[in-house]
Amino acid sequence: MERSANVEVEGKVRMRAYFIFIAKRAVQLLAVVFFGISAAFFITHLSPIDPVQQAILRITSRSSFSPTALVAMREALTEMYGMDQPLGTQFVNFWVRLLQGDLGPSLIAFPTPAMDLVLRALPWTVGLLVTAVIITWLLGNILGGLAGYYQNNKFLKAFGVVAMGLQPIPYYIVAFIVLIIFGFVWPVLPISGGYAMHVTPGWNIDFVMSVIRHATLPALSLVLVGMGLWFLGMRALVSNIITEDYVTYAETAGVDSKKIVGFYVIRNAVIPQLTALAMVLGGIFSGTVITEEVFSYPGLGSLLIQAVNGGDYTLVIAVTAIAITAVAGAIFVVDLLHPILDPRIRVE
Amino acid sequence: MAFSEETVREQRDVLTLNGLKAYYQTNYFGVEREVRAVDDVSLSVREDEVYGIAGESSSGKTTLIKTFAAAIRPPLRLIDGTVEYKFGDRVVNPYDMDEDELNDLRWKHVSYIMQGSMSVLNPVRRIKKSFRDFAFEHMDRSRAEFWNAVEDHLKLLYLSPDVLEAYPHQLSGGMRQRVTIALATVCHPEFIIADEPTTALDVVVQKDVLAMLDDIRKKLRSSVVFVTHDMSVHANMADRVGIMYAGRIVEEGPTSELFTSPKHPYTAHLVSSLPQIGDTTRKPALEGRPPNLAEPPRGCRFHPRCPLAIEKCTTDVPPLESVGANHRSACWRSADVRPLTPAVKPKTGESA
Amino acid sequence: MFSIIRDLFKYNREFAVGAVLLGLIVFFSILSFFSPVDPTMLYIEVPDRPPSGEYWFGTNSRGQDMFWQLTFAFRNTLSFGLMVAALSRVISIVVGLLSGYIGGVVDRILMFFNDIFVSLPIFPILVLFYFVLRSDLTTFNLALLMACLGWPFDARLIRSIALGLRHREFTRHAVFSGMSPAKIMFEEHLPYVMPIVFSTAIANMIWAIGLEVTLAVLGFTNINIPTVGTTLYWAINHSAMVVGVWWWIVIPVIIIVMMFIGLFLLTVSLNEYIDPRSRLRRMGG
Repeated sequence: MERSANVEVEGKVRMRAYFIFIAKRAVQLLAVVFFGISAAFFITHLSPIDPVQQAILRITSRSSFSPTALVAMREALTEMYGMDQPLGTQFVNFWVRLLQGDLGPSLIAFPTPAMDLVLRALPWTVGLLVTAVIITWLLGNILGGLAGYYQNNKFLKAFGVVAMGLQPIPYYIVAFIVLIIFGFVWPVLPISGGYAMHVTPGWNIDFVMSVIRHATLPALSLVLVGMGLWFLGMRALVSNIITEDYVTYAETAGVDSKKIVGFYVIRNAVIPQLTALAMVLGGIFSGTVITEEVFSYPGLGSLLIQAVNGGDYTLVIAVTAIAITAVAGAIFVVDLLHPILDPRIRVE
Repeated sequence: MAFSEETVREQRDVLTLNGLKAYYQTNYFGVEREVRAVDDVSLSVREDEVYGIAGESSSGKTTLIKTFAAAIRPPLRLIDGTVEYKFGDRVVNPYDMDEDELNDLRWKHVSYIMQGSMSVLNPVRRIKKSFRDFAFEHMDRSRAEFWNAVEDHLKLLYLSPDVLEAYPHQLSGGMRQRVTIALATVCHPEFIIADEPTTALDVVVQKDVLAMLDDIRKKLRSSVVFVTHDMSVHANMADRVGIMYAGRIVEEGPTSELFTSPKHPYTAHLVSSLPQIGDTTRKPALEGRPPNLAEPPRGCRFHPRCPLAIEKCTTDVPPLESVGANHRSACWRSADVRPLTPAVKPKTGESA
Repeated sequence: MFSIIRDLFKYNREFAVGAVLLGLIVFFSILSFFSPVDPTMLYIEVPDRPPSGEYWFGTNSRGQDMFWQLTFAFRNTLSFGLMVAALSRVISIVVGLLSGYIGGVVDRILMFFNDIFVSLPIFPILVLFYFVLRSDLTTFNLALLMACLGWPFDARLIRSIALGLRHREFTRHAVFSGMSPAKIMFEEHLPYVMPIVFSTAIANMIWAIGLEVTLAVLGFTNINIPTVGTTLYWAINHSAMVVGVWWWIVIPVIIIVMMFIGLFLLTVSLNEYIDPRSRLRRMGG
């Protein structure tokens, strides 16, 4: 009797700790989104440049925009920024419009709403990012864990040297090198776009294969850069953990070495690596954005750069806002996994 | 002192160490260092005996038991000497065995309770799984039988089967220590090695844990070697005690004899430092610090701190020689050593 | 100090390789002070010459001698990295020490903002700044901006060290002798965090240079200042790969990869030197 009661109480305590943990992370998520997007708002508003004027100037310097577009643009911009109103009101209006998902029409693809363009690009980025991050994280950690445990393995040692050489190089440069190799030296894979011209988007095999083929090189360059971080981090963690008492003790007891590597060493090292993943997601996102540009991949990154080059104020704000939200959301998801891997949920 | 002759009966040796040397050898940024943590130790432990190893911290106690538990890792290396276990008719040397043979020896025959119950259990693994990892292979039983045996064994240590579902951080210090003892003894090993089994615990819990360890040993009829700097634990637990100083055994003998008539000035000092109710005499403190094992003093390593030191002690290493039945001391002036205070009465007569 | 460097050089291969690579790059960028040509001048040499005895790294389509052009580019890029690293060190030291030493509410507020900064995708924000400021985004402004975004990781590291120092005997001693908190932090505690400040400074340089290169390649910085990024920007602008002027791209990419690897090996070896745990590991090996 007493036993089951104890277990139940214990369970309740754990659930409560878990909820407190999640609640805290959720507050943090909202704070990041709010502060980040507000910062974006103030950056654009406190600058000496008048966004409406800027936009109109750009538009009039090109002949390709119709007068109707111009008028609509001016109206939307004036309403959105409400330049005649005090900054506080403008700020509130901005948030109201953002929450309604309506930031007004884009300039480079008038009259498509900027939000529509962003939401169209988002799945491409999310798909590429999530796939690349999962591959990178798993592969880097598994190889790094093995390299830390079997320190004399020649293949893993060589891999460590390669990882060290690739890890510090910026995403752009690696993507660029991959592009040169597969675009000029050995052209076997498509180097530009999201899918081939001749396939129809939808759930058909041709389209899916085309998407995968087009995503291979961007994903490859993301994996190449990202792998080193996890490999080196895991290797260092593991070579520390194998000196922990619980590992040497298990070895002394003759516990199966595969079990030790998996459940004692890597299992413990994975926890800080998950924390690290949450911390570098922002950086990885930036890397994805840049890689997209190199491979003309139809995601948020290419959209952002098009928007900047086209002077599209609304679109730049929209991309930035969604980017901040997406990264914060991804970090939240990673944080949720944390208590599953670590039974010691720390409430404080 | 007719006591020693009768109580320590002629028993077979289970563990024999011969000239054991284990050094930490390091090379960091070109600076080579050699720390002689265990330097020429020979001793034997008998069947059904409790052998205590005492000494200050960094005297090499832990290194010594790690060495014969075959649990050493670089930079610690076995330099010289042999370790021999005798189980039934089998004589085995763990340093001559391959990994499979060693795994067969471990836990079934020799098990080891590591220092620091806080850190020896995998923090992300349920106790249940630790038991399975450590003992299932060695026990050679069906799953159901195995778990029955584990639960029965836990009862010996007054632990409820609930602890199997827990993670280490959910248990109190005393419980965790009992769990590690259970984990080390569940396969009923003939030889148990325990490193500071009670040091981290508070006094009340300490006493319980010691009693349980002793209890379980009697039931299993195993030999136990344990290390602690706490002389009162030795007085309560050990049949024989070996005193370590600076990587060497300086004196070894039956517990009561060591406590009443020590034959090494260092032992005399250790024994006298035990508190006793009603004893208000001032205890002379031992001057100086334990020597640096990278550059130990020449001759007897204790001579810089020894009140009895003579010229010879600074040049010649005293051998560990018999000074009575079952009693050995490494001191040129062992005949002149006197107890510093009337000693406590150690556990009597029940050593077998 | 000198003997530490000598020992590292002798016994740590990563440090030796890193130092040699970085030394070469620094030497190369110092050559810019002896350059016979002005890097901002265009069409002063025959364009599109491949590497030869006369033009070691060839000339580009803009009629510039790539050898001298690149000496300037690396000088500017390296000094940009140093500038960001120095500025962000100031922020991370102040935040880290304050948070670690004072603790309590101050710590919680600072770490709250720290967490926010860690979670922000920096690249879109930098692009946003460029979009708004355009030509007002000078090299110094960009460095300052990156410093403001690049401090949180290192502030956290410094905080964790300062937390440990707070409970040490000498801190209590200083408090009882009436030292002001500011004095304790910057006179007593700062020396302890200096090693980590140095090793993170190099890591921060890698990060800053990487971002600068990326922004410049996209044309989001002042493209008239020769840096590694703007060199690549012009090369891509002139479709160097397509028209066969490969040296315009391949040579700068090789040198920049050398620079990143050199810097990275230095941080790795310094971290190892600072961290006693990995020191122990090396002793075992």
